[in-house]
Amino acid sequence: MAEIRVEKLHKAFTDFVAVRGSTFTVPDGDFFCLLGPSGCGKTTTLRMIAGLELPTSGRILLGGEDVTFKQASQRDIAFVFQLFALYPHMNVRANISYPLRNQGMPGEEVRKRVEEAARILRITHLLDRSVSGLSSGDRQRVALGRAIVREPLAFMLDEPLGALDAEFREVMCGELRALHDRLRATTVYVTHDQLEAMSMADTIALMNNGVVEQLGPPQEIYDRPASVFVADFVGSPPMNFIPFHGRVAPGDKSVRIGEAAVAVPEAREGIAEGELLLGARPEHVQLSASSPLRASVIDAEYLGTTQIVTVSTAQGTTLKARLSSEVAVRPGEHTGLVFHPKKLSLFEKKSGRALRSALHDEAAHG
Amino acid sequence: MTATTLAHSVVEPSGRSKGIAGTVIVVYAVISMVPLVWIFLTAFKSPSDSIAYPPKIVFHPTLDGTCNLFTTISRQTADYISSLPPPMNVCDRIARARNMVVAGPSNFVPRFLNSLIIAFGSTALSVVLGVTAAYAFSRFRVPAKDDLLFFILSTRMMPPIAVAIPIYLMYRELGLSDTHLGMILLYSAVNVSLAVWLLKGFIDEIPREYEEAALVDGYTRLQAFRKVVLPQATTGIVATAIFCLIFAWNEYAFATLLTSGQAQTAPPFIPIIIGEGGQDWPAVAAATTLFLVPILVFTVLLRKNLLRGITFGAVRK
Repeated sequence: MAEIRVEKLHKAFTDFVAVRGSTFTVPDGDFFCLLGPSGCGKTTTLRMIAGLELPTSGRILLGGEDVTFKQASQRDIAFVFQLFALYPHMNVRANISYPLRNQGMPGEEVRKRVEEAARILRITHLLDRSVSGLSSGDRQRVALGRAIVREPLAFMLDEPLGALDAEFREVMCGELRALHDRLRATTVYVTHDQLEAMSMADTIALMNNGVVEQLGPPQEIYDRPASVFVADFVGSPPMNFIPFHGRVAPGDKSVRIGEAAVAVPEAREGIAEGELLLGARPEHVQLSASSPLRASVIDAEYLGTTQIVTVSTAQGTTLKARLSSEVAVRPGEHTGLVFHPKKLSLFEKKSGRALRSALHDEAAHG
Repeated sequence: MTATTLAHSVVEPSGRSKGIAGTVIVVYAVISMVPLVWIFLTAFKSPSDSIAYPPKIVFHPTLDGTCNLFTTISRQTADYISSLPPPMNVCDRIARARNMVVAGPSNFVPRFLNSLIIAFGSTALSVVLGVTAAYAFSRFRVPAKDDLLFFILSTRMMPPIAVAIPIYLMYRELGLSDTHLGMILLYSAVNVSLAVWLLKGFIDEIPREYEEAALVDGYTRLQAFRKVVLPQATTGIVATAIFCLIFAWNEYAFATLLTSGQAQTAPPFIPIIIGEGGQDWPAVAAATTLFLVPILVFTVLLRKNLLRGITFGAVRK
């Protein structure tokens, strides 16, 4: 088990830059998610940590030791691939024991370790089967078995659930987290699925265009997005953005949108007059007939206990609100919008950067 | 519309088209089998039957051809023959019936062994060079990779015999003429381009994740290649080996030009088997029949590997 430190990691390929100066630390025993859209550099980062790719510049420290240019085989890291990469010419037991046999471990010890790993993953009954006949979930368990049997310094998981069916993915999500809680091994998990990241991670690093946009626990990323990109990427449906023109001074507690004054968390920094965005999560939007911020209902999507109501403001902005299913909504209905004043974010439209406000006070201490 | 047309599937071929396909295949097989069958029959004809006109389909089988192939015979007087001890084997008996005696073994067996050594030797060399080069081209960033691959392919863009004269002169200078090594090198030079291109295709198909998994599991690049890539490239290696072997085994022009004694292979030897009074067709036919056997055995033995899929579905695509 070890801490992983990545310093100013940079990777340029011939025709594009995959990772631009990323710096982050994965604490020992952390479940760390690299989250982002495809092509954001998350997999390249993971492959550099594992030693499958060499960085253009920067450093990687594993348990305090500089491993930047060490061979993959000498890093003691286990890697689980999206496509499982089980050796088709070996059975399940041979696949799991493969890394151990290479170390010259005595046969009895190998057998014990393999059976222990198989027990943890509940695949003991499959040990003597060929990998070709297994379901994708079982194959992923075998691939995990091959990783945990080594007791490595850290686990790298590259979209391990990407190839599974939706229902199986949920089951495996739970299993992975339980496995981590049991082993307490430092884990770096790459995914483009924000739900996976939110439900499993201790820490999320959200990447975009080769840059870490925000680093923090899931709650932090969700509640206090550092940029429009983060706010838009995380959450389903994503955060609503209401564009307006105006200025903010430190200490301001409201902004003007059209005719309406909207209460926001107290601003801690100011910004000169320009195009701004007000960000509101769907669950922080409510309908209120008396509100001066007028809107009309376009559509309501029933989800059981909640419903997602799509509304359009007088300015033509479309918003989604997560309301209780008890609230009666008719498409075409004219109504007003109110927001949860403590939960709103303000962004500069041009840079996408979030303005610091009372919303960030707690985070600054934590 | 009848029930049968309603049940017609667009995926499964219908019974009728299956029938047509089957007939075409059988007709094709019969047509291509005819020369082989004729050669096989000729091998058991007497020399006069083999050139009889109209051709004889029903004949009295003999081992004349086979004996002529494996032995050399010489004419002796009847007195001398009657003074000899009784014939030791079937060839002795056949020879003596024609007032001849077996003088010793022919050159066929050494020529056939030459063919085996050269064909299998060059196949092994081509495949070893091919698989290592193909792996490098498939996995590493080789400078000017595409140009190199094109260059390798370009060596096949003219008939190899076009460079026969330079090769003949070079081989004479280097002392490679009429040697096993010389022929192995020559056939490998021709085959290696085919091997690289074929094997590169197969290795490209093997997901990199397999080796990467082995690399993070503590294996070196070479170990990963040997224990993970090679077992999965078996199908490709077998297919490539069969192609290389068939070329090297059947090659006639260079063998005629560059070998005469010591390293002569079977193809230039077979057509010049001269019997009593001209071409000995039954002996040629017997040699040709035997010549087909090694390739047939090799292909049949490895048939299973040829047909097997590469990845077996352990990777989900």
